[in-house]
Formats: sequence, C-alpha cells, structure tokens
Amino acid sequence: MPAAAATSSTIFGLSTEIIGIWVAALLTLAIYSFLYADNPVYKVAEHIFVGISAAYGAVILYYQALLPKLVKPLIIPLIDRVWHPELADATSPRYTLLVPMFLGLLIFSRFVPKYDWLSRWPIAFVMGLYAGLSIPRSVQEIILKQMHGTMLPLLPRGANGGYDFLTGFSNLLLVMGVICTLAYFYFSARHEGLLGRVSRVGVWFLMVAFGAGFGNTVMARISLLIGRVQFLLYDWLPTIGIHLGGPGMG
Amino acid sequence: MWEKLLFFDRRIIFVFIAIAVWVPFLTQLELPPGQTNPRTQALYDAIENLPPRTPVMVAFDYGPSGMPEVHPMAKALTRHILSRNLRLLGVALALTGPPMCQDAFSSVSQDLDKQEGVDWVNLGYKPQPVAVITQIGEDIRRAFPEDAQERAIDELPVMAGIHNYDDIGLVIDLATGNTPGAWIVYAHGPYKVKVAAGVTGVMATDYYPFLQTGQMIGMLNGLKGAAEYEELINHRDLGTLGMGSQSVAHLLIILFVTLGNVGYFAFTRRR
Repeated sequence: MPAAAATSSTIFGLSTEIIGIWVAALLTLAIYSFLYADNPVYKVAEHIFVGISAAYGAVILYYQALLPKLVKPLIIPLIDRVWHPELADATSPRYTLLVPMFLGLLIFSRFVPKYDWLSRWPIAFVMGLYAGLSIPRSVQEIILKQMHGTMLPLLPRGANGGYDFLTGFSNLLLVMGVICTLAYFYFSARHEGLLGRVSRVGVWFLMVAFGAGFGNTVMARISLLIGRVQFLLYDWLPTIGIHLGGPGMG
Repeated sequence: MWEKLLFFDRRIIFVFIAIAVWVPFLTQLELPPGQTNPRTQALYDAIENLPPRTPVMVAFDYGPSGMPEVHPMAKALTRHILSRNLRLLGVALALTGPPMCQDAFSSVSQDLDKQEGVDWVNLGYKPQPVAVITQIGEDIRRAFPEDAQERAIDELPVMAGIHNYDDIGLVIDLATGNTPGAWIVYAHGPYKVKVAAGVTGVMATDYYPFLQTGQMIGMLNGLKGAAEYEELINHRDLGTLGMGSQSVAHLLIILFVTLGNVGYFAFTRRR
C-alpha cells in the first residue's frame, strides 16, 4: 500500500476529504466529551481508535515489511517456480529466508496450548540478538559517555586564556548534582550524617529535574490541545463556511 | 475560602484552559518565541553548513498523536533542507510515520518546486528500529530495498551514491518515543554520523544529557522548538501560530499552581 497523497474522490456527491474532516472533527469532540464525564460517545470513539490502529498496523506491516522482505524475495518466486516453471526469467527464491519465516510462524503456536512452548524459540532468538547488540553499545554510548560527560574541569580556561568562572560554576553544579543524586540512591547505608546531608541535596536536584520535566509536560499537553483547536478552526469550520485564516494541519 | 480553592470542580479548570487556548486564535494573538534556544540554533547551523546535494535523513518516528508538536518541526526542517538544495531521505521506524513523511515532504516540495525521487524520497516503514538502524550502517538497500511507493531505490536519482552513513551528512529523528536513543547508540556510536532530534516536550529533558556530551548536535523541543525554527527560516507556520495560545495557557497554569499552593499552605496553617 503506497503512502500516497489522498485522492479527492466523492461519495454521494460529497468529497471524501470533507467527509474525512467531519469524521475527525466529530471523533475529536467525542473524545473531549470525557472531560465532562465518562460517556458512551467517548467509549465509541475510543473503541474505533483501538480497532483502526490495530488494522492500520497490520496493513502497514504487511505492505512495508512482509511484502518486500519475505513475500517478494521468497514466496512469489517459489510459487512461480512451482506453478509457472515455463517462466525462464523467474527470480530464484532466497531460501535463507525460510529460517526467519519458520521462526516467525512459531509465534502462532501460542494458539495451540499443547505446542505453545515453541513460541519461546523466536522470542529467545530476538532477546538474544538484542541483548548481544545492545549491551556493549549501551554501556559504551550511554554509561561510559555520560560518565565522561560529568568529568569536567572546575576551573576551565576561556577563549582569552583567563579563567571562565561562569562555566566553572556550571560544571561544579553538574558534578555536585550527579554525586548528590547518586548518594540519594545509595541504599546500602543509613542516610545519616554526611551521607544524609548529601542525599538531601540530591533530593533538591531531583525536585528541580522533576520540575523541568513537569514544565515540559505541561507544554506538551497544551500543544496537543492546540493541535486539535487548530484542526477544528482551520480545517473543520471552513467546511461549514466559517473561515478564520491559518494554514491548517494538513 | 481557601478550602474552596483546594477542592473546586476540576472541570472549571478545563473551561479556563479551553478559553485560554481558543481566544488567542480567535483574536489572532501572535506571540512568537523571543530568544532562540542554542540547541535549535545548532541544528539550523548544521544544516546551513552542509554542502549542496548532501543527503539528510529524517526519521519520522511519530504519528497523529504527536502531530501537533512534531509535525510543525517536520515541515520547517523539510523547508530548510529542500531550500538549501540538500537531498532529503525520509524513513519511519514507527508504523504511523510514512503518512507523516509523505505529508511533510509533498506539501513543502510543491511550494519549492522540488521533485519526488530526485530531491526527496519517502522510504517508508520498517519494523525493529535497532535492526534497521544497524542495517543502514552496512547498506541502506538491505534495510530499504524499495521506497514507500514500492519503487526500487536504485532507480531513484535521489539515492545515487548513497550506501550507508558515510554518505549521509546528518540524521534527524522526529520522535514521540525512545528512538532518538537508538539513533545515538546504534548510528552515532559505531558510525559517527551526526544525529539531531525533534522531540515532544515530555521527552526533552531525557535527551539534554546527550547534547551536553556532544552525542546529539541539536534538538528541537516541542511546539516552541518548531516555532523557533520557523523564525530561523523566516517562514511562520503552525508552530508560531500556536505560541499565542501556549503562552496564555502557561500563564493561566502558573496562576492556578500559585493559587493552589497559597490555598494549601493557608489551609494547613489554619488546621
């Protein structure tokens, strides 16, 4: 299924684009009706969303993963070879793909209780593969690089050769933040005395981080509402003759 | 009185927020971002400094739920990349990414008179991000033998001479999930390709450490990041348009948080 731009056909004399906008607008209003109270209209919209998401995922997976990676290089050439041996220029099947295909099919053994243990094989393969791929890379790129990033000079020199006290203070704050926060998460000793005081400072750093995270979350959530309002104002209202300008989400 | 502040119906807050978001649109209130974040500027500069026809890979790892924040970034970045005469490769590690890519690329390329297959390509979706990112490092044709329109990528002029990350000037991940981390670990780490990201506000704080270490060269943070980028490329669009509502809603939330805290302390003090 090519991800082509929408075509502008009509149903009962109405443009499919207009119908799409109305469906989206009504579903948006249905979802927002939850803000007043849970209700059947919201439930219908929620179920439509879940159903369509699952179906969309299946179709995209088939056309953009299974078709080019398995069906075209293996299944179609195999069928050609068996049913159309007269085709001289038929592509030879990539038989190595039989192995991942077989492993993938084993997942469906979960539907047969007697043989559901077979589904562990592909899961084990994927887990092993990803563990092998990710453990050394993650250690290198996340743990070691981030540790290196905290090893900063507390009295760095600026471009003019003199001490850059502002950067030094920033570096000090970062190093203190790391040490104090790590101290808070050290549970093998009672948080008393020096460790207690340091871990309390760690809590302050954590609170600042949570505050920054919360501020960003507020921005994100308001943005989602803004997106829907933009859609209703600039895409939906024009379909009933109310034009407020603006570019529209499409 | 303070008790009323602490326990009043949350639906009243929803009404206030709705008014705060709708009114700036209806009154055409424009509040573009003041100062550009250095992370946004860094991404803009990285694209500015690429030689003409350098391929830039943009990963569309979001869907309709992330559109309000991330899609304005996608359009602004697409406009900048295509107007700089760079080659644009769209990939998707999220199922819902290909339509986002198609919409951003096709709508902007119409404005700039750029051609699909020559200046840009939507390579579509492939599952398993780690495997796909790693495969691109070896040979992009193994991960994406065809584009989203099922055309062999060897037939597309835009793909000429592109084999792996050595031929790609910059990777930008537009994401609502954890894929920027995967690009950093599996693309920047082993292959040293430059990586940047455009992420939702919720995710932004998770990725600041990677900017500090230089593992990411730049980042756009939520709708504000999109608006900043629109200012940089001098093309105000959905990002800038939303900033009026964003600012008014933020002021309202600050007011509610302040009132809530004052109410809480007054209430507990009295008890």
